Amino acid sequence: MRRLVKTTFGVGMTFGLALTAVVGVAQNKAFAAADWKPKKPVQFVVMAGKGGGADKAVRLIQSIIAKNKMAPYAFTPVNKPGGSGAEALVYMKQKNGDDHTIMFTLNSFYTTPLRQPGLGIDITTFTPIARMAEDTFLLWVNSDRKDINNIDDFVKAAKAKGKAWIMAGTGKNSEDNLLTDFLNKAYGLEMKYVPYKGGGKVAKQLAGNNADSTVNNPSEQLGFYEAGKTKALAAFTPKRLPLFPDAPTFKELGKDFVYFMQRTVVGAPGMSAGAAAYYQKLFTKVFNTPEWQKYRTKKSLQGDLLVGDGLMAYWKNEREVHRQMLIKMGVIKS
Amino acid sequence: MEILGLLMDGFAIALQPLNLGLIIVGCALGLIIGAMPGLGSVNGVAILLPITFLVPPTGAIIFLAALYYGAMYGGAVSSIMLGIPGASTAVATTFDGRPLALQGHADKALIAAATASFVGGTISVVLFTFFAPPLAHVALVFGAPEEFALMLLAFATFVGLGGDDIAKTIFSICIGLVLSAVGLDIMSGEPRLIFFDIPGFFRGINFLVLAIGIYGIGEMLWTIEETRATGGAKISEATVTFKRTMAALREIMGAWKAGLMGSFLGYFVGILPAAGATPGALMAYGVAKQISKDPDKFGKGALEGVVAPESANNAASTGSMLPMLTLGIPGSPTTAILLGGMVIWGLEPGPLLFVEQKEFVWGLIASLYAANLAALLINIAFIPVFIWVLKMPFTILAPIIFVLCLIGGYAPTQSLHDVWLMVGFGIVGYLMRKLDYPLAPAVLAIVLGPLAEPALRQSLLINDGSFSIFFSRPYSAPIMIVALILLFLPLIKLVVNKVRVKKAAA
Amino acid sequence: MRIAELVMAIVMAIFSAYLMWKSAELPIGWIPDEGPGGGFWPFWLAAAMLASCLSIIYKWVRKTSPLSRSTEIFMDSEALKGFVLVAGSLLVTVGLFHYIGIYGALPLFLIFHIRFLGGHSWPFTGFMAVITPVITFLFFEIVLKITLPKGLTDEYFYPIFALFA
Repeated sequence: MRRLVKTTFGVGMTFGLALTAVVGVAQNKAFAAADWKPKKPVQFVVMAGKGGGADKAVRLIQSIIAKNKMAPYAFTPVNKPGGSGAEALVYMKQKNGDDHTIMFTLNSFYTTPLRQPGLGIDITTFTPIARMAEDTFLLWVNSDRKDINNIDDFVKAAKAKGKAWIMAGTGKNSEDNLLTDFLNKAYGLEMKYVPYKGGGKVAKQLAGNNADSTVNNPSEQLGFYEAGKTKALAAFTPKRLPLFPDAPTFKELGKDFVYFMQRTVVGAPGMSAGAAAYYQKLFTKVFNTPEWQKYRTKKSLQGDLLVGDGLMAYWKNEREVHRQMLIKMGVIKS
Repeated sequence: MEILGLLMDGFAIALQPLNLGLIIVGCALGLIIGAMPGLGSVNGVAILLPITFLVPPTGAIIFLAALYYGAMYGGAVSSIMLGIPGASTAVATTFDGRPLALQGHADKALIAAATASFVGGTISVVLFTFFAPPLAHVALVFGAPEEFALMLLAFATFVGLGGDDIAKTIFSICIGLVLSAVGLDIMSGEPRLIFFDIPGFFRGINFLVLAIGIYGIGEMLWTIEETRATGGAKISEATVTFKRTMAALREIMGAWKAGLMGSFLGYFVGILPAAGATPGALMAYGVAKQISKDPDKFGKGALEGVVAPESANNAASTGSMLPMLTLGIPGSPTTAILLGGMVIWGLEPGPLLFVEQKEFVWGLIASLYAANLAALLINIAFIPVFIWVLKMPFTILAPIIFVLCLIGGYAPTQSLHDVWLMVGFGIVGYLMRKLDYPLAPAVLAIVLGPLAEPALRQSLLINDGSFSIFFSRPYSAPIMIVALILLFLPLIKLVVNKVRVKKAAA
Repeated sequence: MRIAELVMAIVMAIFSAYLMWKSAELPIGWIPDEGPGGGFWPFWLAAAMLASCLSIIYKWVRKTSPLSRSTEIFMDSEALKGFVLVAGSLLVTVGLFHYIGIYGALPLFLIFHIRFLGGHSWPFTGFMAVITPVITFLFFEIVLKITLPKGLTDEYFYPIFALFA
């Protein structure tokens, strides 16, 4: 087979390329595992579509790496948004043992394998690289609602409207849906959850008064918030967010509930130890660049850097948390 | 007059040597990327986004906007020359652009596309300059019911597009809509129509896969057979001479009505979030056919059929920047990526952008004027090259086009699954075409389906499953009524005619 | 043509039925207070496809459509040969993408078409077979940074990438 490959390849690129190639391979093999470096451009899979929050972060990271010449080759983003990340997860699983494929994940990293056991994905087989941030969630309403200024007003108004109260979110059984279910249960509401494609569209439904409330990330609502079109009532965080000092946490309001969206870099299952160490070091460097830190502040991102085993422990814990949430919602049985 | 002053300041920024250079490079690159089947403005902007971190934000958005414009011009090139729409925005351009090329008028069609794009681009930038903030409000209140009404309208303008056999036309529309439903159903969060559990179907079936399959692979198979039967196509008769160009321009002037209509329609549809340039171009084509003196010529090489969608898609690409800048809502996939870029550059799109970032906004608007002119000139300069390519012997051109299709099918999603699907669609599409199944409706359906279905279901969900929501809102009601009238017009005509015939018989 | 018309209609009817069955994995009915279920849209559209096919078959039996009366041959042996060669070469090429990658398969495809189907000279064929993958590589992998499939030839590209790093 090897021979056949070489011959056909030689036909294609006659002019010496094949020869250089063969010599090059011999040299490459000499590299020790400890100082592993990428040997070609690295594929950076995004578990979501172009233009979304995860995609923006990946393109920023890609540019930080390129601008500061942190790696010998480019990191090239590939979007695989299909099936709430199912497509990306299956793709990564097929890339078993590949040292040049990494992925940027969200919480669908936990929920999709739980909801679709048929995919045969075990996230603990994936190589933990680095958690770059955790995105936060807040409860938002339109500023035209002068009658709603705190959570009590909100509960009163939502109760009065019952099932006609529209909560817009990003897809059935998504993070937004989990939070809506929590609010419905915690305050005895019957809000109707209407899914839209992408957080930006959701934010716009609220600003245009086509929805009564949302649980957007700050980055999605920031534009409308700063223009005074929408306001934040409460935060799903342990502490108040610096950008929204007037929005109390649900903990302060007596409902002990905290929810984050991870923004984490994952390697293909079975990645070599040398490669994993390389990426962990690289993303630690990226994390500490002023560009990334500025982005974190601006988007009100939380969550410290987490690498290697610590990240794996975090995954196992979060997967359990999500399992319990999905069971409570009645989406899965066990 | 404050606006004019701001615009002048903007020109001072756009015409700085660095920015001017970026406009020219951006347009040229955009043209090449847009002319490749498969790669459109979305990919071009996404791929080149990181490069822009090397220049200041204003320069960066100018570069990407120029690229966006260039790609819109370029999309028409592959539509006309190869009959393959490089992006969904250029689908309508193939309907008449390709027949014109086959009749030996490729040069005329290319010039028409370039001039129409220029007209559309310019009119829309003027509209953008003077009416941005009030229109932003319309875009904001546009919800799911309005979106569905608009999609229905886009579809209705196309009812007459099918072939003679009604059963086959219905079949074609339905298969496009069904294929568009493959993937994840966002309303229920469940995977849908995952054939044989192949993971590639989770992503759904991209419009490009079907379009390159049918128009690229299928069209080539068709042409190979035709060439054998008729002994060479007339396509190579096109040449670029001063006389021909002048004659072409005169003829294009005659289509001014279509161009003007396309520009305004495209701009207003482009403003509406989620719609973007594709429905704008399709609707412009449909309307041009309705208002034309010679509607039967459409689909067989009518010049208005090139002018209308091309002016509309360029106007719409400007229009879709409006919700992006003022609301932070992308009006098209490409602007979604531009938006990502702005965020990374530290600019916060939203209602305050026009107040706080005057230099950025007006520099961008001024550069749109400049980019439009640059794209026109670059495009016209390239036309002889395109014509030369068309004159290559078919035995060389055909394999090159196949290669372009194969790579173009792979590049956007980087998945071989899509390449297999594309070749499959091409082969089946060719066989169906031989049996007079019209295929254009299927391609349109796969573009509009994913926009229409969620909008319909969101509206019904909001309104407890009742259709009354479409008729009780100030914006959706009129659109819906017009759409329904257009949709049933052929049916009404049919009934009226039958009654008349019966009366005449009696 | 007559036979082909019927065969296509039957094949598409079966395909429509398959789509209906597949859509029915999700609720195809009307959910009260919500609207259509997840399978509603594809199911009923597939049903319309099936109905269209049945109408085509009905017209065929009654011989009321032009194609059902056509005595023209669908594909003569010459056309069939061309179709099989071109379509077959495409399928083989995509198959080869998995193994010898795009840079191995495209030259073979070009040689087959330009030399064997097109009858052009060997030097010209060789030129095209070399220049096309080279341009493809430079434009896609270097300028646009889109990774194309390389199959087993992947590691031979490491030194080429190193040249452009």
